[in-house]
Amino acid sequence: MGRLSVNLCGIELDNPVIPASGTFGYGREFAELYDINMLGTFSFKGTTKDPRFGNPTPRIAECAEGMLNAVGLQNPGVDKVISEELPNLKTIFHKPVMANVSGFSVDDYVYTVEKLNHEEQIGWFEINISCPNVHGGGMSFGTDPVQAAAVTEAVRRVTDKPIIIKLSPNVTDITEIAKACEGAGADGISLINTLLGMRIDLKKRRPLLANTTGGLSGPAVFPVAVRMVYQTAKAVKIPVVGMGGVTTAEDVIEMMLAGATAVEVGAANLVDPFACKKIIEELPAVMDRYGIDTLSSIIGGAL
Amino acid sequence: MKQVFLRIIENTPLTDSVMRMKLQGDVSAVTAPGQFINIRLDGLYLRRPISVCDVQDDVLTIIYKAVGKGTEQMRHMQEGCLDVLIGLGNGYDLSVSGERVLLLGGGVGVPPLYMLAKKLREEGKHVSVILGFNTKDEVFLEEEFRELGCDVCVTTADGSYGIQGFVTDAMKDIEYTYFYTCGPEPMLKAVYRSTVTEGQFSFEERMGCGFGACMGCTCKTITGYKRICKDGPVLRKEEILWED
Repeated sequence: MGRLSVNLCGIELDNPVIPASGTFGYGREFAELYDINMLGTFSFKGTTKDPRFGNPTPRIAECAEGMLNAVGLQNPGVDKVISEELPNLKTIFHKPVMANVSGFSVDDYVYTVEKLNHEEQIGWFEINISCPNVHGGGMSFGTDPVQAAAVTEAVRRVTDKPIIIKLSPNVTDITEIAKACEGAGADGISLINTLLGMRIDLKKRRPLLANTTGGLSGPAVFPVAVRMVYQTAKAVKIPVVGMGGVTTAEDVIEMMLAGATAVEVGAANLVDPFACKKIIEELPAVMDRYGIDTLSSIIGGAL
Repeated sequence: MKQVFLRIIENTPLTDSVMRMKLQGDVSAVTAPGQFINIRLDGLYLRRPISVCDVQDDVLTIIYKAVGKGTEQMRHMQEGCLDVLIGLGNGYDLSVSGERVLLLGGGVGVPPLYMLAKKLREEGKHVSVILGFNTKDEVFLEEEFRELGCDVCVTTADGSYGIQGFVTDAMKDIEYTYFYTCGPEPMLKAVYRSTVTEGQFSFEERMGCGFGACMGCTCKTITGYKRICKDGPVLRKEEILWED
């Protein structure tokens, strides 16, 4: 076990750094730039039962220290992910991968997880019940403890692999949702998905995004994410994966002190495609500076 | 694609709002005209995609219009280094051009056509260029295209210089085997309707990453969904699907 290694739901990670779903595709673009095997793992693009185009453009807007996106779960659908993306992934990535799954009904989630469950390389399922950019399903499962538990329970029945439920910050009390998922059999909780936001074009006097609203991410949301990770880690016994605006090795340590067992990096990958590589390389020196011997020893250190 | 740090060696105005910036460094990742670079700027979260106008040895030229926070900040830079992702996008495919090539550019869609014209001239092709602007004061690059040995025609919407009208008003008597174009979408649509051969169009879209990761700039085409930043920005006429 190295200084950086952590155990996420029974699977050892060389380090806790995980590119977040939707910012890393299925790994192809980044594998051209560096050896992505240095990552702890990565969470692949949110995958649904059927292929999806997503929302009309513009899908992207900027703000201070962050961005809004309203991509709307564009993905090739689970069948193509299995026939095209996963075979390619095997050639560029030799670790268990996190399969991010989205849906519009409980049956959708079950269908996609059942299909992916046979894929050997999938280590964990990250069940996205928090996408703010789709209508019907998506975030609505993640804002109601009863529905969140229903999705968790249904998925639990069709896989023995670890299930991590990805939660929305767009709720009054995230701990209620987290506890409902824990009670329904989740192995972990990941948070936060993006915060619902909006920008308006002053010249056109219309929303900048074709979808009107979008999900806010980037350093602007980091303090909100730290707070919610802290609250959730206090409320549940299962591991928490922290994300939201993480950009530096210091941010990773802060998230872990707040209770995260592993840390996802999202928007930073889009601005600097080498962001995760740099964070992993910088971690040992930053740990030295703060007198940290092993990362696993600081998980929840601030609780 | 590569991440490089390029030194600003020139940043001069061509018109009231259009600037030419020359950047020096490792520009070897540019493989085709029509590609773009993505520039990181202080205090702005997302990079700014700007098309490549020319590459000569270790110097890359961009021409940009100061229209927003990013380009306004760039306008005032006189020295220093820029953090740049380079070699982005597919660029124009020259192999299908035939012997008589027509280039149609509108406004800040003109710059990427310069490097394209240069390459086509190096291959000995006959190149006709139609450059469209709103008014006389906004005209740029006309002389530079002439120096490459292109037949150049300028149109202005208000008739203050060259032919009055749009680029499509100046193409009637030009014979061509193939065309390439870049400009605002209404112009691209007019070119699509007015041209009689196959050709290639360069598109613009708001981007997140600029290298194919975020799906922020996807459009529908006859041949499937394409990311403007990675599978484009150049699309062939026969694959374009206009949304409205």
